[in-house]
Amino acid sequence: MTAYLLKRLIIALATLVLASMVVFAVLEIIPGDPARLMLGLNASADQVEVLRNQMGLNAPLAIRYLHWAGGLLSLDFGRSYTYSVPVIDLVRERIVVSLPLALIALALSTIIAIPVGLYSASRRGRAGDAIAMGVTQFGVAVPNFWFALMLIYLFAVWLRLVPAGGFPGWSAGVWPALKSLLLPAVALALPQAAILARVARSALIEVLNEDYIRTARAKGLPYRAVLWRHALRNAMIPVLTILGLQFAFLLAGTIIIENVFYLPGLGRLVFQAITQRDLIVVESVVMLLVAAVIAVNLLVDLSYAVVDPRLRSRQ
Amino acid sequence: MSLLEIENLSLAIGDTPILKGVELSVAPGEVMGLVGESGSGKSMTALTVMQLLPFAARATGRVTFDGIDILAASEDQMCALRGDDIGMVFQEPMTALNPVKTIGEQVAEGIRWHTRSSRAEAEDRARKMLDRVGLPAALFPLSRYPHELSGGQRQRVVIAIACALKPKLLIADEPTTALDVVLQAQILDLLRDLVAENRMGLLLISHDLAVVTEMADRITILRHGEVMEAGDTARTLSEQLHPYTRQLAQASMHVPARPKTHAAGSAKPLLQVEGVTRDYPGRRMSLFKRATPVRAVDDVSLSIAPGQSVALVGRSGCGKSTLARMILALDRSTSGTIRFRGETITGKSETELKPARRDMQVVFQDPYGSFDPRQKVEKLVAEPLHVLDKKPAPAERREMVAHALHEVGLGPRDMDKYPHEFSGGQRQRLSIARAIITRPKLVVADEPVSALDVSIRAQILDLFAELNQKLGIAYLFITHDLTVARAITDEVLVMHDGRIVERGMTSEVLDHPQSEAAKALVAAAPDLHRAIARRLQEQG
Repeated sequence: MTAYLLKRLIIALATLVLASMVVFAVLEIIPGDPARLMLGLNASADQVEVLRNQMGLNAPLAIRYLHWAGGLLSLDFGRSYTYSVPVIDLVRERIVVSLPLALIALALSTIIAIPVGLYSASRRGRAGDAIAMGVTQFGVAVPNFWFALMLIYLFAVWLRLVPAGGFPGWSAGVWPALKSLLLPAVALALPQAAILARVARSALIEVLNEDYIRTARAKGLPYRAVLWRHALRNAMIPVLTILGLQFAFLLAGTIIIENVFYLPGLGRLVFQAITQRDLIVVESVVMLLVAAVIAVNLLVDLSYAVVDPRLRSRQ
Repeated sequence: MSLLEIENLSLAIGDTPILKGVELSVAPGEVMGLVGESGSGKSMTALTVMQLLPFAARATGRVTFDGIDILAASEDQMCALRGDDIGMVFQEPMTALNPVKTIGEQVAEGIRWHTRSSRAEAEDRARKMLDRVGLPAALFPLSRYPHELSGGQRQRVVIAIACALKPKLLIADEPTTALDVVLQAQILDLLRDLVAENRMGLLLISHDLAVVTEMADRITILRHGEVMEAGDTARTLSEQLHPYTRQLAQASMHVPARPKTHAAGSAKPLLQVEGVTRDYPGRRMSLFKRATPVRAVDDVSLSIAPGQSVALVGRSGCGKSTLARMILALDRSTSGTIRFRGETITGKSETELKPARRDMQVVFQDPYGSFDPRQKVEKLVAEPLHVLDKKPAPAERREMVAHALHEVGLGPRDMDKYPHEFSGGQRQRLSIARAIITRPKLVVADEPVSALDVSIRAQILDLFAELNQKLGIAYLFITHDLTVARAITDEVLVMHDGRIVERGMTSEVLDHPQSEAAKALVAAAPDLHRAIARRLQEQG
């Protein structure tokens, strides 16, 4: 067990280091000199050179990488070129929107997907299954931004239940803040839930054909109890895998959804930073997202061991 | 008064009739043997009694258990019966237990469900039941997971689950088919004791006539969903009045004709194995200590002469298959040398092995799993041809495949079919065709007939014998089934814990075993002759 954990942890850290190198290298290659960008078109070559030296842009690549990576570790992400404030302040402001949004979306998609998967799997081939799978097929096919617009039209414009966009801030109270995150979370969650429900269904169907399900039924457990007690946990491994992979898509999805709903989150920040060539912000936010995805997948790996005793005793 | 009474039971799945007018009864304390070949409807009969049939199955007729009309019973009534009054044990112990739950949870679950007792009480009863089936607390605490147990131990857990609430009827569907003979004998003993203790009725389903004869008071023989013959076991099998009964009995004892036998040492050996050992990395107990390796094969030496047929027998996990893999150069030995046709094959590269591979082929146990379902027979059977120096032209290749198919009793038309179009026995013929297409000198066969029905098994054994006589192919038969060893081999090697503990002429070793391991194998092996004789003697 400890060996398994240790191995997973080392792999996660190595991935993180490698990803940071790639992020750093990609932004190095992209044309555009941040110093020239900051000083404007009229700056002389000398002025640019002085600023380059000040910003440490003339140091060798490896030194700059280490400097940057060291900064990341101490949460010093540098200063934004366009806002002229520490990147960490920008991130701190935005993460309180994006993190709850992602978590609510993740929770929603799981809460929707598992029961749908259970329902469909236990009624395989019957009308209920066909309808549920038709709906999920639709959910997989529909892009989330279109879905978001439809939600806005229905719940904000027509029913006037929730605001159509914007974020009042947590200082305005928990409920108003949550309310403005609700639609975006649903828009993010439903397409994910559709995929997850299909995965859960096929995983469950496979498990339901296993011999031990028959053993459990021969014990006298009703079908429903067998489904919940024996099938679900065994079907969790593929579901968890997809859940981990989906988290990355969820984060990418927030970039679009935050723009649709005018939410001041990380997604919008990184979108604006890209259009303004604020590379240091892009770098930092991308690294943060990478770290989040790696952390979630590490969690998924650990939860495998919780679900499956065979992993605990193996090397 | 019967406990279970099946009258005129017919069953269809969709439009396919499975059972036709089956009659069967089990009295309290009685063992009823239900015998038949695969597809005869044995398991479906059992699942009808449990009402665990596939969704599309429709049953008509009458099934009464303890006064309850099973076919008319509601699902709630059935849930109350299952696991409480009727227990069931299945064929495949490796997959019959939920891998993510402890054995304690799984045994206690049914007890809690039916008796509504507390967790502690249920666990207490589960503990007692596990003790009863031979899994003592010191070695098998309730917190063990199925993957930490061997096949035989898992089958004991399944029996504990089925018998935890002292059911009136136990249905055992091929309970020992996946186990080696020694484990089989132990499990059968356990079942016999449980029947005697609780006056439980036992419906024992098996394809193995010898097993049923040893166990059952009465026997029902099923074929294509119809009862062929039913009656007292000893009488039915000694008189063999029904032609199908006779056919089954003869097939189970079938010995193929092999006029030419080969003794070792007569010629230059084809295969020589000298002091071969194979270690596997053991389980690491600590991060800082090196794991002690597990020795799967321990200093084994043997030799096979051209055309000789040798059996390698032993219990599961004794190292037979590992040894075979090393002989086939699919696994590397830790030490020792293997020579094939006088050339050393240990430590050679894949390219250097090519000529040896041509002369050495393999037939596996599972005729279902060893073919790619999306390839046609022509391609599947021609597979080993890539080891030839010169690639045959397409026409030539077809010719060779047709010839190989002919030799195993299939037609050239079969070349364009897919594996699923063949029955189990035909598929095993295909694997044999694939093995002999390169004209090998040696075929290693790993349990080649243990997945087959007795009549098919007899045919395949005949085929092996014929190819041995006609083409002079030497065999290494890996098996735990002594009847197979006796039927088709000249010499036998008994393996135990990685070592060869006894060797000699097959009849000599099997009739007069010397080592403990060989004695245990011989004593446990079911034998139809012996079983009938014992039955008749008991009845006087």
